[in-house]
Amino acid sequence: MINFAYTRATGIADAIKEKVEANGGGQFLAGGTNLVDLLKENVARPARLIDINRLPLAAVEPMSGGGLRLGALVTNADTAYHPEVQRRYPMLSRAILAGASAQLRNMATNGGNLLQRTRCYYFYDVATPCNKRQPGSGCPAIRGQNRVCGVLGTSAQCIATHPSDMCVALAALEAVVRVSGPQGERSIPIAEFHTLPSNTPHIENTLSPDELITSIDLPESPYAAHSVYTKVRDRASYAFALVSVAAGLELDGDTIKSTRLALGGVAHKPWRLPAAEALLTGKPATKESFLPVAEALFAGAQGYEHNAFKIELGKRAVVRALTLAAKGTAAIHDVNGQTADA
Amino acid sequence: MSLLKSILGTAVNTDAAEHLGKPTRRVDGPAKVTGAAKYAAEFNVPNLAYGVIVSSGVARGTITSINAAEIEAIPGVLKVLTHENAPKTAWLDRSHRDQISSKGGSPFRPLYQAELQYSAQPVALVVGETFEIARFAASLVRVEYDEKPHETDLHANQAAAHPPTDNSGGYTPAPKPRGDAESAFEKAAFRVEAEYSQPSEFHNPMESYASTCVYGEDGKLTIYQKTQGVQNCQAYVCSVFGLSKKDVQVISPYVGGGFGSGLRPTYELYLAVMAATALKHSVRVSMTRQQMFSFSHRPEAVQQIKLAANGDGLLDSVTHHAFEETSRKEEFLETVVNWSGLLYTCPNVSLVHQLVNLDVASPESMRAPGAATGIFAFESAIDELAYQAKTDPLEFRRKNYAEKDQNLDKPFSSKELRACYDQASERFGWQGRPLEPRSLRKGSDLIGWGVSTGCWEAMQQKAEVKAVLTADGKLTVSSATSDIGTGTYTVMTMIAAEFSGVAMENVSFELGDSSLVYSPVEGGSWTVASVGSAVKSVCEELRAKLFKLAGKMDGRPLGGAELADVTFVNGEVRVTKDPVKSVTYAEVLEAAGLDKLELDTTEQPQLIKRATHGCYSHSAVFAEVSVDEDLGTIHVTRVVSAIAGGRILNPMAARSQILGAIVWGISMAMAEEGLMDHGLGRCMNHSYAEYHVPVNADIHDIEVIFVPEHDEIVNALGAKGMGEIGIVGVASAVANAVWHATGKRVRSLPITLDKLL
Ligand SMILES: Cc1cc2nc3c(=O)[nH]c(=O)nc-3n(C[C@H](O)[C@H](O)[C@H](O)COP(=O)(O)OP(=O)(O)OC[C@H]3O[C@@H](n4cnc5c(N)ncnc54)[C@H](O)[C@@H]3O)c2cc1C
Ligand code: SF4
Repeated sequence: MINFAYTRATGIADAIKEKVEANGGGQFLAGGTNLVDLLKENVARPARLIDINRLPLAAVEPMSGGGLRLGALVTNADTAYHPEVQRRYPMLSRAILAGASAQLRNMATNGGNLLQRTRCYYFYDVATPCNKRQPGSGCPAIRGQNRVCGVLGTSAQCIATHPSDMCVALAALEAVVRVSGPQGERSIPIAEFHTLPSNTPHIENTLSPDELITSIDLPESPYAAHSVYTKVRDRASYAFALVSVAAGLELDGDTIKSTRLALGGVAHKPWRLPAAEALLTGKPATKESFLPVAEALFAGAQGYEHNAFKIELGKRAVVRALTLAAKGTAAIHDVNGQTADA
Repeated sequence: MSLLKSILGTAVNTDAAEHLGKPTRRVDGPAKVTGAAKYAAEFNVPNLAYGVIVSSGVARGTITSINAAEIEAIPGVLKVLTHENAPKTAWLDRSHRDQISSKGGSPFRPLYQAELQYSAQPVALVVGETFEIARFAASLVRVEYDEKPHETDLHANQAAAHPPTDNSGGYTPAPKPRGDAESAFEKAAFRVEAEYSQPSEFHNPMESYASTCVYGEDGKLTIYQKTQGVQNCQAYVCSVFGLSKKDVQVISPYVGGGFGSGLRPTYELYLAVMAATALKHSVRVSMTRQQMFSFSHRPEAVQQIKLAANGDGLLDSVTHHAFEETSRKEEFLETVVNWSGLLYTCPNVSLVHQLVNLDVASPESMRAPGAATGIFAFESAIDELAYQAKTDPLEFRRKNYAEKDQNLDKPFSSKELRACYDQASERFGWQGRPLEPRSLRKGSDLIGWGVSTGCWEAMQQKAEVKAVLTADGKLTVSSATSDIGTGTYTVMTMIAAEFSGVAMENVSFELGDSSLVYSPVEGGSWTVASVGSAVKSVCEELRAKLFKLAGKMDGRPLGGAELADVTFVNGEVRVTKDPVKSVTYAEVLEAAGLDKLELDTTEQPQLIKRATHGCYSHSAVFAEVSVDEDLGTIHVTRVVSAIAGGRILNPMAARSQILGAIVWGISMAMAEEGLMDHGLGRCMNHSYAEYHVPVNADIHDIEVIFVPEHDEIVNALGAKGMGEIGIVGVASAVANAVWHATGKRVRSLPITLDKLL
């Protein structure tokens, strides 16, 4: 038998204590939809599994300042279908529903979604080298099967993407990740949560080793009326994004007051470029205004043999998403979180 | 409405059959939905050990060390089998060949040598007291290799192509050239020259391969095996391990999909038998989903096609040159190019099929092997040519209709393809389709319509069937065939009921047991033609026998009627015109003092009739796609397929076969691709998450039409088989529709959105 200990944490402090005691060998178990797969593939080999499913982190609550707090253990499905999320953050609801499958979303939690690992094929196959799985072993994806890999912010060590849909919307909404650890609580803005691969592709975020995610806080958003999540993928469901775009517009008549744009499927983290968003301020919501933004977002992109198409596709998806957002959230026919056109 | 019509259309039967031609639910349905149906890995015996397969990480080279001793020291590990300690098996290649393998090849032998043949091949089997122990221990196995350079890239190795030197059953070598394709091409008014490619595709039935090998006290083996041929497995195990047939029984009552991947014995069977005999212990070995990508697959293919038509739009030249991958040690052979000399009238034809040996596992037949590949390329090229000739692609096909099998220079046994074109095009609403691409739109999406012809051979093999009628009037019919989900149990029960006159509920059909009488593997869409014809024969014999016995009964219940004057129905022999004169089968047996009546028949293919004809099923497939012009996303919004497949015995099962095959055709067109890393020589997307097949949301309207055919030549039942024809031509119809929508001709499958940007 794989000799790992399994413990069920009774409270937040207990979970953190367990984690500290495991001395680097512990891992929290939430929905298990990613971690259990990684265990089966021998990619993850924790000495201790700390089940956090009984912790009191499963609520969606209004925040005093006007935002919404999503507990780390609320399932992706419950989050997406929560009336307040649908009303105030439709982009997030749609992003979640565009991901995985109904069964997976019923199990997957918000905390786990933030920390899901890349879908790069090599990462999952222990017979192959992979710098992310085994630092220093090499990156076969750069010259190999890299359709699912990134084109922005890649490094010579790793070109993997963060595969989440939910996190793309969180980036556009400027969510804040709240964590609790041996040193107490702190808040990490989503933009600072995930990291680029650089020379340490095995490090994917700024969470300290023994910290527990307790919630994701959504600030008030002026984008609800004009927000969209456009996901382009190889099949209509149960496929990760080739490219996805979370877009929110704040309009004054036909004039854009402010913009939020985040890209998925293209980088090691949800990709945002506030300078590109600023190009739209004061402009009319037209294709002519959108094109330079798309160009700016992909200005530094580098394609590889099987994924260079993502650069052109990404630009088109940005224009599409902004065009749809301008029409208004309500105008977008919504089937299971998918925009009619994506 | 259309569905109803298509079912009714075929139900109208000239010979007023009682069961055949009527939509009939699966007799094994209740067992399947209640979980009573057991699959190979679900047969439990006390004291079962579990073998977990360790797969190689490199494609070529030599194993220099395996830490087997270390692994065997783990508590609960019973044995680690590797090439270093594996018991010897038969020496000669011949002994490792099975019914299906190529005649001269050297089949893969697991744990035979340090030399590797392909990446992900089995290199060790860890046997443990529990599955968990075995799996954990297997994860600790370290294999060191002395790596050698490998070749897995078909495109890069095309120069090494060679003609097949071998042969195997079901393969028809390319016919000799006719006319002069080259000079006809040079002179022609309209020409197309193009190269098409298709990646390797993996079968991936839902049930993964498993073998539960029960070691009896007497050393006899009872093997619960996932397979398409129990007797093929039995013969293989006996010849490889030097066992006698009476000591090996292979059982496989239910199969969770095969599609060709289980035609040959799979390597977990070899490993399970090896472990069970070495340890004198019952052992189960099952493959992981990842390992389902480590043996048979549809071979990657590159096809070069040159077509030409004269000024009247008549096809004048066909050149089709196919390159396919195979392994180093075996030639996998499927009929790829012959269809191009068959589908349309053409005087000048040159067809070449070549192989490229690579460091990969031997490919194996996958649904409509060869035809799915070859006809995709050829029917795409025909579409290109029709456009050159500014002719509607359906009209072009009609104009060049083949009235005889020109490869064999023989008439067709039956061919209602014209009616398929008519009925499917009408249902689809083809009329008025604009010739030019990019002419149809719906909102902002581009719409395209495509058509393709499909074809598959109607084969028949020798098969034996046994029938036992017992004193209670119940009939048990049996043969060692399998039901890979195609509805074999049901259709054989229907045929037996039809021709024996025993009511359906009193008939049972047994299969999936090597101790039953001879059947070929289930494949090639030949099961109904082969086993079904034998069921018919044996039941007709049974009737004749019952009639004879009834004639000898006291009181002459049939009043001296002749055979022609009686009807066999509902377990009775009745005088047709005077039904009060009747006798039940049970009464006949009782009067004769028999507790049962047992008959056994071997049906040979109708060789003489078939020898003078070309025997094929045909289809006309119409597809509609809608394409998002900016993002390239494609939806196959409609497919209409009309099938001319001989007599349709069970329209419900037949329709479900065709529906499934169309979905698979869409999958071939849009999704499936084994992503090979040529640097590592390894397929990388080996999971259901990353190896894409369509999900429900990708599949929209599908209509199936059966065009009746009366055919007394193919076999005694007049049925041509439904397993493969449905997939053939779907990928080309979709590709042609994508072209019509976008003006872009995508010649490499799958048609992913990046190819349209
Ligand atoms: C086939 C498949 C397809 C998928 N498709 C998509 C898709 O299209 N889009 C998409 O966005 N996602 C997709 N997913 C991913 C899915 O969304 C994630 O697996 C899921 O969100 C992970 O959540 P979980 O609760 O199951 O995490 P787990 O598997 O339990 O945990 C994942 C990681 O997070 C850590 N963790 C969990 N909770 C906490 C916490 N509170 N604090 C600290 N650490 C924590 C765990 O230790 C572990 O390392 C897919 C998954 C699969 C298997
Ligand atoms: S891209 Fe990253 S995850 Fe993929 S093989 Fe390279 S290092 Fe590993």
